[in-house]
Amino acid sequence: MKDDKKRSLVDQQSSNILTQGVSRRQVLRGMMTSGVVAAGSGLLTPGSSLAFANTDEPKRGGSIKVASQSGSTSDTLDPAHGSGSSDYTRQYMFYNGLTVLDRTLTPQMELAESFDTKDAQHWVIKLRKDVLFHDGKPFTSADVVFTLNRHKDPKTSSKVASVAKQMVEISAKGPHEVHITLAAKNADLPAILGVVHFLIVRDGTTDFSKGNGTGPFLCSVFQPGVHSIATRNPNYWKKGLPYLDSVELFSIPDQSARVNALLAGDVQLINSVNPRAIETLSASPLVKVYHADSGGYTDLIMRDQLGPMKNPDFVKGMKYIMNREQILNVACRGFGRVGNDQPIPKGHRYYNSSLPQTTYDPDKAKYHFKKSGLLGRSIPMVASSAADNSVEMAQLIQLSAQSAGLNLQVKRVPADGYWSNHWMKDTLGFGNINPRPTADLMFTLFFQSNAAWNESGWKNAKFDQLLVAARGETDDVKRKQMYGEMQALIHDQSGIGIPIFSSINDAASRKLGGYKPHPLGGFMAYMFAEHVWLEA
Amino acid sequence: MNKTVLRLIINRIGLGILTLWIVSLVVFFITNLLPGDAAQELLGQAATTQTLDALRAKLGLDLPLYVRYFHWLGGMLVGDAGTSMVNGIPILQLIWSRLPNTLLLAAFVTLVSVPVAMFIGIVSAMYRGSWFDRYINILAVCAVSVPEFLIATIAVLIFAVKLGWLSALSHIENAQTFGEMLKVFAMPVLTLCSVLVAQMARMTRAAVIDQLSSSYVEMALLKGASPIRMVLRHALPNAIGPIANAIALSLSYLLGGVIIVESIFNYPGIATLMLNAVSSRDMPLIQACAMLFCFGYLVMVLIADISEIVSNPRLRK
Repeated sequence: MKDDKKRSLVDQQSSNILTQGVSRRQVLRGMMTSGVVAAGSGLLTPGSSLAFANTDEPKRGGSIKVASQSGSTSDTLDPAHGSGSSDYTRQYMFYNGLTVLDRTLTPQMELAESFDTKDAQHWVIKLRKDVLFHDGKPFTSADVVFTLNRHKDPKTSSKVASVAKQMVEISAKGPHEVHITLAAKNADLPAILGVVHFLIVRDGTTDFSKGNGTGPFLCSVFQPGVHSIATRNPNYWKKGLPYLDSVELFSIPDQSARVNALLAGDVQLINSVNPRAIETLSASPLVKVYHADSGGYTDLIMRDQLGPMKNPDFVKGMKYIMNREQILNVACRGFGRVGNDQPIPKGHRYYNSSLPQTTYDPDKAKYHFKKSGLLGRSIPMVASSAADNSVEMAQLIQLSAQSAGLNLQVKRVPADGYWSNHWMKDTLGFGNINPRPTADLMFTLFFQSNAAWNESGWKNAKFDQLLVAARGETDDVKRKQMYGEMQALIHDQSGIGIPIFSSINDAASRKLGGYKPHPLGGFMAYMFAEHVWLEA
Repeated sequence: MNKTVLRLIINRIGLGILTLWIVSLVVFFITNLLPGDAAQELLGQAATTQTLDALRAKLGLDLPLYVRYFHWLGGMLVGDAGTSMVNGIPILQLIWSRLPNTLLLAAFVTLVSVPVAMFIGIVSAMYRGSWFDRYINILAVCAVSVPEFLIATIAVLIFAVKLGWLSALSHIENAQTFGEMLKVFAMPVLTLCSVLVAQMARMTRAAVIDQLSSSYVEMALLKGASPIRMVLRHALPNAIGPIANAIALSLSYLLGGVIIVESIFNYPGIATLMLNAVSSRDMPLIQACAMLFCFGYLVMVLIADISEIVSNPRLRK
């Protein structure tokens, strides 16, 4: 239930699976030299977008029902407060962002026509001129300024307040141009503004229950915790889109009920399919399961007395004792990829391929455990269903630790309240990190010495220096080198073990066309509504 | 109705109110023992001490517990249950949007389960020890023992996934005609009935058998009453007290205890509302739901008590 955790997406959207990194590299190189991020508008004509291109012929019309795993009376249409798959999906139906992250995690222009900068600190954003809000008002720079400033206002209690803080000055220059000055250089601004919380709302909005945005669907019904019905926006600025007439969205938190609803044909799309249910679903001729390799992971957290600062040998031993292939095959049924104790997955354009893969080695582990002085002691390890697969992982780690003479006691705690009462509080426990759009966000949020979510309490001055330097670095080669060094530091010294990267599993009716899994999250990173169609 | 009966009934109602007050105390203080509060849940991991304090002050969570209790109790007494902490919607509005659904489901289940249970109970009492009685007994025990989520899931697998006759979800807003209503309600009602019918039938059987072995029934038999007349005219009126009691207790469960059925069939009832409230630490909503369930339960028990008092011939005169 990754999305149920009340974390904000920015903080969250992680790193990338840049399978087609070349295109992004080119784009970014272009940005650095000419100061233009992406050409934009040409990518946005229906069906021709790089990210969502499809070989089949799209069809207009039809209605679908969609069941997500999260949803409650706290459902909201306010992008600043959204949490979980239902909120994100609804918000992408009703609003647009300045940019959007495609499947290679390259920011593509959406409501913005271009992002220009010379120094990665002063940005000029040109806006589209042909966009209308659902209530008929034209979209202008005032809406952008209002939206972005809202996140900085403490009264909004925005989920991305800490990220928005770096935009020290946001001002409108004419109706279709916005200037942003950052506190420090950050070449990732276009990617950051592509995150769901930065979707653009109308200037002066106080009541968000109407979903008045510029998005592909109009909000006709929204009952928090019950359902929402979105109907096609006939005046949508992307001509021809969306294909569907309406989308009804509700939540079925119960795992098997959600799968059964899809099998019975009551819904056409579900997210967060448990690997154990995939076999059943694959056997049905009516449905299709979609996987995306993500940069999200469930990690073993070692901190305090067992952490990297006080007992680095214990940390090293634990990294050797994880049988990663076994964890992947048993706990995740083979869906996912083996990790190497650092948060950038293979295939990412900043992945450091020279780092040796840590493998299961009970002898080396035993050597380090002996040095750590913890052999023969009983150590509690806290796991919970709140962190995906952590219970199974804990049991497997417990078994392998026995072979090195380490006595781990798995302590299973309820999912309810796990994030506030156990996460980053237990000396040995599990975390669950959702994918984030940039490597910088990943490092900043989870590994910088003073990060609020520095899970293992790891402090490294060199890492912090590299982080700031890389953020303002406009030479991609140098940047990659710095990120590579940072990965090595995390891999060798930090107190987290990342045995595997998880896979995002959705399932849909075979009648649903145009569905392309996205590495940032289920439901095509919550943006499916605009791109899918129903086969007759 | 005479004075004794009146006194007994007033007594019961008084006790009911006292119980309700004690429950309000328990509900209020126990829910506040849940780890974390609405401010923490709302802000999630993005919470800092500053934002937490600000939000707590806004939600009134910074006041002492007993002050909040009296505010809340005062509100409840005048029918104001406050507003939801997570979305600012009045609690009553949230509850009213869900309560009719729950009551509708309860009504359907009652309509089906009570007559069936009475029939099974009476017939198996009349033919005590026969094959019918024994088989029904075994079936009833089985039905009571199998957990609802299993019955519900198996029913969905058979009727919705394999056969495709019924919908796996119970979305009542889509049901316009009577036929559609039947389709929507068939599986939830079936699931709930299989538990309730068994309980009620067993209790009915026990109560009727108890009466059938008494001397006045023997007298009726001796004066030549037919078995049906003997049961319906002589034994049943005297067994009505315990039967009503059993029915009331079973049905009171329909108000709050259908969480599993509601969540499996995605039925927008009040039980899932409370489940949501617990996970988002929306205390006013949890408390209002708990009080509502308790109130419903007390009303059913009161009805059972009163029907027992009224049906007691010694008190009737």
